[in-house]
Amino acid sequence: MSHGHHHERPKSPSELRAKALEALLVERGLITTDAVDTIVDLFQNEVGPRRGARMVARAWVDPAYRELLLSDATAAAAEMGYGGAEGERLVCVENTPDVHNAIVCTLCSCYPWPVLGVPPVWYKSPPYRSRMVREPRDVLREFGLELPEETTIRIWDSSAEVRYIVLPMRPAGTEELDEGRLVELVTRDCMIGVAVPRVAEGAAA
Amino acid sequence: MIRDLPDEAFTEPWQARVFAMAQVACEQMGLPWDAFRDRLKAAIAEQPERPYYDSWTAALEDLTGVSA
Repeated sequence: MSHGHHHERPKSPSELRAKALEALLVERGLITTDAVDTIVDLFQNEVGPRRGARMVARAWVDPAYRELLLSDATAAAAEMGYGGAEGERLVCVENTPDVHNAIVCTLCSCYPWPVLGVPPVWYKSPPYRSRMVREPRDVLREFGLELPEETTIRIWDSSAEVRYIVLPMRPAGTEELDEGRLVELVTRDCMIGVAVPRVAEGAAA
Repeated sequence: MIRDLPDEAFTEPWQARVFAMAQVACEQMGLPWDAFRDRLKAAIAEQPERPYYDSWTAALEDLTGVSA
């Protein structure tokens, strides 16, 4: 029941501890509020899966770029102006009719930030991190991705150095779409490998 | 079920701040990002079921030697 005046949402112990730590680190000169704001803003507004989608769409239409992406994904990202922490050694793995790839980090949450942004909560969860390695076909089915029995599933565990991104197959029926429209088909989940690009009914030209 | 978990990167604003604080602190301390990540792995291994960004806070405390 309302008491007729506004109550601020109670802060959780986690939030209180993080806020206290921030204040202490500022006091010790180990961080500045401005620098923290800048990074929060960067990941909120600039760095995200749209970047990876642009790379994928370009690889679909530009064979030379595709070759670069598959041989040196860090360079392919840099060519688009994307770089920074967690992207120093990017490797792009290519889906084919025979092989489906997906990424995971079993120990923590390693993820190619510069091209996909910050990973979703489920990617960082214990069940995804353990089950994706143990029973990938079941996990993919839960994501709505039913792969033929004969398709090989390869799971790439982000190691200390390498961050992976999946190059999905260009869907059939998209021959007439230009690069800009192709970008729209490439979701974050397609580049994690828990989905494949889909063409909405009637969307293909 | 994995799919019942949130699809967002952060579910509360403080999580984004802890995420950023770790990067700023590493840079300010002249440490490679691995220095933080190794502590994050240890923090997660120590308490696997702890909420994910609570492990970031713990790892950041470990990295900086500052305890909230």
